[in-house]
Amino acid sequence: MIANIQIPDALLVQDYVAGNEDALATLIKRHESKIYGFIYSKVSDRDVSNDIFQDTFIKVINTLKSNSYNEEGKFLPWVMRIAHNLVIDYFRKNKKMPLYRETEEFSVFSIITDDSLTIENKLIADQVELDIRKLIEELPEDQKEVLIMRMYKDMSFKEISEITGVSINTSLGRMRYALMNLRKVIDKHQIILTN
Amino acid sequence: MAKLYSKKNLVPTQMKPKKEVISFLLNYSKALYIIKVADNSFEIITN
Repeated sequence: MIANIQIPDALLVQDYVAGNEDALATLIKRHESKIYGFIYSKVSDRDVSNDIFQDTFIKVINTLKSNSYNEEGKFLPWVMRIAHNLVIDYFRKNKKMPLYRETEEFSVFSIITDDSLTIENKLIADQVELDIRKLIEELPEDQKEVLIMRMYKDMSFKEISEITGVSINTSLGRMRYALMNLRKVIDKHQIILTN
Repeated sequence: MAKLYSKKNLVPTQMKPKKEVISFLLNYSKALYIIKVADNSFEIITN
């Protein structure tokens, strides 16, 4: 062990490239906790850390065996850089569906919420919807027509203007007046339309 | 007994990969041969 500490990384790398497999074991043993600790500090998952650690050294082995490694930088910073890049790749891959694991200090329920309405809120929402429908029925026919096509049928103003046979500007104007009239009625009767 | 309010360190100081991972890597290294022919390199894994 003492002898291993005295041999510099660069020499061990040279030995390994020359065919001494034990040199790799020494290098891994020397740096495993630093590299693994670094990966774990980023991903906070032992299994993922093991996978990334393995992939890191597969790249190291491939590079060394293909003689593509040049001793410009130091061995450990080079391996750390590979590990860092693989950590970034891991997060990129998991961006769409990140994995959260419950720990003592982190509860998954702090990020998962149930957005669906409660029964009471659903009843209120239905009532509000019904009230709005009734108010719309009170609008002048041309305004009602535009508003229904736009809001309930999700049609564009271009389509609305084609169907109703008026210009886009007229359709826009009718929509504007429809909303203004709705607001007026809501204010006048002090109707509460919030959930 | 006094209660400790200090935060528990989530990352132990000495963390190591699984023995199986190290063993795999050493075996992989022993089995891997890379042969360069012109601009191409061929990876051969022996059993």
